[in-house]
Amino acid sequence: MGWISPRRLNRLGMLNMNRRNVDYIARYNERSSYPLVDNKLKTKLAVAEYGVKTPRLLQVVRQQHEISGFRQLAEDLGGFAIKPAKGSGGKGITVITGRDQDEYVKASGSRISASSLERHLTNILAGLYSLAGTPDVAIVESLVESVPTLARYSFQGVPDIRIVVFRGYPVMAMLRLATKASDGKANLHQGAVGVGLDIGTGRSLNAVQFNKPITLHPDTGLALENIEIEAWGEMLEMASRCYESTGLGYMGVDLVVDAHEGPLLLELNARPGLAIQMANGMGLLPRLRTIERLKRPHFTPQERANYAMEVFAAL
Amino acid sequence: MTPRSRLPFYVAVFLLIAAGISLAIWRHIELGIPWLAGEQRPVWMIEARVDFDASDGAVLASLNVPENPPGFRILSEQAASPGYGFSIIEKNGSRRAEWTKRDVSGRQTLYFKTQFIPDDSTIDRPPSQEPKARKMFWEEPQATAVREILTQAEERSSTPESMTRELIRLMQPDTRTQNTTLLVAEEDYLELLVDMLNHSGIPARTADGLKLEDARRRQSLMPFLQIFNGEQWLTFDPNTAEQGVPESLLLWRQGSASLLDVVGGDNSEVSFSMLRQTVPALQLSTMEFDSKGLGFLSFYELPIEEQSMFRMLLLLPLGALMVAFMRIVIGIRTSGTFMPVLIAVAFVQTTLVPGLIAFLSVVSIGLMMRGYLSSLNLLLVSRISALIILVIFITAGLSIIGYQMGFNTGMTVTFFPMVIIAWTIERMSILWEEEGAHEVVIQGAGSMFVAICAYLLMSAPLAGHLTFNFPELHFVILGLILLMGQYTGYKLSELKRFTPMRVYD
Repeated sequence: MGWISPRRLNRLGMLNMNRRNVDYIARYNERSSYPLVDNKLKTKLAVAEYGVKTPRLLQVVRQQHEISGFRQLAEDLGGFAIKPAKGSGGKGITVITGRDQDEYVKASGSRISASSLERHLTNILAGLYSLAGTPDVAIVESLVESVPTLARYSFQGVPDIRIVVFRGYPVMAMLRLATKASDGKANLHQGAVGVGLDIGTGRSLNAVQFNKPITLHPDTGLALENIEIEAWGEMLEMASRCYESTGLGYMGVDLVVDAHEGPLLLELNARPGLAIQMANGMGLLPRLRTIERLKRPHFTPQERANYAMEVFAAL
Repeated sequence: MTPRSRLPFYVAVFLLIAAGISLAIWRHIELGIPWLAGEQRPVWMIEARVDFDASDGAVLASLNVPENPPGFRILSEQAASPGYGFSIIEKNGSRRAEWTKRDVSGRQTLYFKTQFIPDDSTIDRPPSQEPKARKMFWEEPQATAVREILTQAEERSSTPESMTRELIRLMQPDTRTQNTTLLVAEEDYLELLVDMLNHSGIPARTADGLKLEDARRRQSLMPFLQIFNGEQWLTFDPNTAEQGVPESLLLWRQGSASLLDVVGGDNSEVSFSMLRQTVPALQLSTMEFDSKGLGFLSFYELPIEEQSMFRMLLLLPLGALMVAFMRIVIGIRTSGTFMPVLIAVAFVQTTLVPGLIAFLSVVSIGLMMRGYLSSLNLLLVSRISALIILVIFITAGLSIIGYQMGFNTGMTVTFFPMVIIAWTIERMSILWEEEGAHEVVIQGAGSMFVAICAYLLMSAPLAGHLTFNFPELHFVILGLILLMGQYTGYKLSELKRFTPMRVYD
C-alpha cells in the first residue's frame, strides 16, 4: 500500500472528512434536525407521515421494569431485532432469528441466554450505545426478511443499501453485504463488503472490502459484478422523500428490501461515511457540486429521483 | 443556500493572532520579560561597610546612598546591622541611610547592601532648582594666583566645559607655574578646583565614584569633579580632564552632601565590596513589575498557590492544539476526543516513562477486572462507579508496592484523573467486545501517541515559560485552532486510506 497524492484525489473529486464536516454537514444540516435521525424511534414516526415504510415496531422498552414485558413478547416471536434508539453505526443492534429451547439464536448462529438479552436491554437503557451516553430506549422491531436475490450474496446478515441524499437528490448508492469478518453486520469498517451501485440503473459497479477492491464475496464466493437491485426507481424516490420528512440537506439513507413488504427504511444518518466513494470508484464532489449549481431545484421526490437517474447514470 | 463569505472570519483570526503577538512583543519590551526561560542579566551587588569606634552613648551614623546613578538602576536596597534602627531618608536633595542606636560602645560595623542593574536608558533629569555658583573669598596672595590662572583658562576656552578642561590642565604638576604650586600646596587639590570654578561663575561640586570590578573588597571611592553647564551636571576626572562617566563607574555620591557622618563615634571609615551576579532576566522583570504599573497584566500578582494552578491550566490550550492538529490534519483516531490531553497533563506531573508505565498498568489491570464486572450483570452507572473505586484501589496498590520497592514513581499515579481512567477502561472494553481487539489497539495507540506528543509539547520548558509569562499568546493558539476548524483539505491518513482510488484515476 502506498500513498495517493492530494492532487489525484482532487481530480477524482474525492470528498474528504474535513470538507464533508465543514462544507456539507455543517452547512446543510440543521442542528435541530439531528434528534430526528439520531433517534430511530423518532425517525420511524417522522418518515411514516411521508409514506416511507420501516420495519414493524413490536415494542418499545423505556424503563427497567418493562423488561419483564419484553420477555413475554419474546416468547411468542420467532425473530426480532433489538436496537438502541440513539445508537450509531449499528452499535448495540442484536438480531435474533429464532429460539433453541431456553436460548435465543443470533443471526450469526451463536446462542444467547434470555438473561444476557435482558442485560443487553439494561445496557441500552443506561445509554451505553447512545451517542452522548445519555439514557436511551430500546426498540424491538420485526425481523426483516431480505429478498432471496440479494440475501444470497450476504453472509448471514441482511444486506442493506446506503444512499447518500443531498438536498433531496440521491447522489450515490452502495449495497452493503455482511461478511464473516463483520460478524453479520453491514458496517464497512468492520469488514462488510461495499458494492457501488449505478444510480441510473441500480446495477453493481465495483466492490471493496477493507478499502481494497474485490470481485468475489469473500465468504459466499459469489461474483459481485452483476447484481441488480429491483424496483430501483422506487427506492431512490423513497430515499429522496426522507429529505422532506427530516429537512436534512446531507444524509445517508439506509434501506433494506424485505421479501414481503418491499423496500423499508432502516435508519437515517446525518454523518454518512466516505467509503461509499471507494465502492463506487469515484468521488462525491462533482455530483454534490452539480446539485449545488442547480438554479431551480425539483420539488417532488419523484422528479428529483428521475433527475438523479438521468444525470448521475454511469453510462 | 449560498456559501457564507469567509473573509470576515479570516480577518478576525488574523486580528486575533496579530493582537496576541503584538501584545507579547509590547510586554517583552515594556516589562523586559525575556523570550527564553534561561536568559541571564548582570546585576552588581555592592556592599558598603561603615566602621567606627563608638564612644559610649547614642550613635547616629548617616551614609550618603545613590539615588539615580547615571547608567544604572537600583534593584534592591537593604541594611544589615544588628540592634540598630535603620531608615533611608531624603535630606536636602540627597538620599541618606541612617542607623541609630541609643547605647553603643566599642568597634561597630554597619552594612548597606544594594543591587544595581546596568541600564543605559536611565535619563539624567535636570535638577529642579538651578544650582548657583558660590561666591568665594580669597586672601592674598592666593587671590592673585587664582585670578591669574582663571584668566589664563578663560582665554583658552569658550564654554563651561572647555573652561573646566583648561583649568584642570593648568593645574597638572607638569604644567604648573609658580602661582599654581602656591595654591596646591595649601589646599586639597579637588576642593581647590571646585572653589576656583565657583569663583569663575561655574557651579561645581565633587562626586564620588566606585570602580566596578568583580569580587573586589575594601574598595574606596574615587573623587570626581562635576560642573553644571546650564542644563545638566557633567562629570570630569579631576586628574586627566576626561569628561563623562566611564562605563564601569558607579557614581555613589553626587552633590555637596558629605559621604559619611557619624555622631557619637570616631575613626569612622567606609569601604565597599562588590560582586557581579547574573540573575535570570525573568526574575529581574518580575521584581520590577510593581514599579512599572504594568504588573496587573501578569500572573505574578496572584498568590503562589493560584500561580501554580495557572501554570498547569495555561498549558492545556497547547494540548488542545496538538489534539486538533492530530485529528484534523493528520487524522489519528483516539478514544475520547480530549482524553489524550488529560493523560498528557498527568504525564507532565509524573514525567513520561513512569507515567506511561503507571497508566498502562492501571488500564490493563482495570480491563481485567472489568471483565469480571461485566459478568455480574450490573447497571451501567453502577458498573462505572464500581470501576472508579477499583481504579482507586489499583492506584493505591501500585503506589504502595512502588513505594515499598523503593520507587516513588508509584506515588505519581495519583495524578491521573480517576474518573477518566474508569471511562477509558469501560470504553476500551466495549470497543473490544464490539469491534474487536484491532480497533482497541488502533484507538489506544492513537490516544497514547497523541498524549505523548501533547506531553512533549506541554513539558517543553519554553512552552511553560511562554504560556505563563505571555498569556496573550493564547490568542495565537486560539487563532490557529479556529483556522484548523476551517481546514477542508485531505487528512494525511486519508491519503493512505484512499490509495485504492488510484486504479480509477
